[in-house]
Amino acid sequence: MGDSNDRPAGCALVTGASRGIGAAIARALAEDGWPVGVNYRKDAEGAERVVEEIESGGGGALAVQADICDPAAADALFPPLEERFGPVLVLVNNAGMRVDGLTPQMEDEAWEKVIDTNLSAAFRITRRALRGMMKARFGRIVNIASIVGQRANPGQANYAASKAGLIAFTSTVAAEVARRSVTVNAVAPGLVETELTEDIGDEFLRAIPARRAGTPEEIAACVRFLASEAASYVNGTTLTVDGGMTA
Amino acid sequence: MATANKDDIQERMTEALESFGADREQIKREADWESLDVDSLDLVELAQIVEEEYGVQMKEEDMKNMKTVGDAVDFVSERAKS
Repeated sequence: MGDSNDRPAGCALVTGASRGIGAAIARALAEDGWPVGVNYRKDAEGAERVVEEIESGGGGALAVQADICDPAAADALFPPLEERFGPVLVLVNNAGMRVDGLTPQMEDEAWEKVIDTNLSAAFRITRRALRGMMKARFGRIVNIASIVGQRANPGQANYAASKAGLIAFTSTVAAEVARRSVTVNAVAPGLVETELTEDIGDEFLRAIPARRAGTPEEIAACVRFLASEAASYVNGTTLTVDGGMTA
Repeated sequence: MATANKDDIQERMTEALESFGADREQIKREADWESLDVDSLDLVELAQIVEEEYGVQMKEEDMKNMKTVGDAVDFVSERAKS
């Protein structure tokens, strides 16, 4: 159960946690003793499966439906978790999407949808979470960015802009709330085996020194560390997890 | 919702400001934020407490006009009654 005795009582919320990296993060935080809110938009079955896995391991979890692009999502997400588990003291802004295309042909809708999901929604949910964290004088926010936020990847101008924005958002909010013992960090994965990346070709693997994609569990392990008491002095940083791809 | 008596509001604000690190002895109506070492993040948290406990929203533009503890107490007291 790790360091669960040294921190205030509360819970974790992981957005987009019904599958992939989000599901692995929810399981990893539960292993550290956090009750976990498993947010999903459509995949109720996947979210329930994650909840059952956590509960069968002796942890607490609750599936919470909300489309994070809805400005009212934060109001829907937090009350059920606060009632059952106490304040949300760990927030992982994981939910994300891609709509790829070269910039000259990119529709406004593809730009706006990606920015809204990957960046604006993270802002709104973070704003709501900070209320409880500041009051508790403890909080951990981990934003799931991407190496594409730090390095060009043609065809992903919208995704890259959203993730670069998320990295800048991370460091700025960290500086704003650090003295309330709230940390805000980002994890920037490289290529990870998920449904979101399954259409990326094998030639991409040759650019990775590790010669393989990462696993959701390898990303989750980094989030687990950043959410822990042990990471209390790590603040405003972005941890790149890419098998050496950007080294 | 907490009562909106002016003395009660001042006492609740004093508790909050003390929790931010201000010296209780110096928290008087005429004390300004700078003298109490109360910064913008503290004021954001004070606004949060006021909203939760008295149902009064203290927006950023409102806070710009509040220079002292008394200004904030009067603001909350007036709006909590209306």
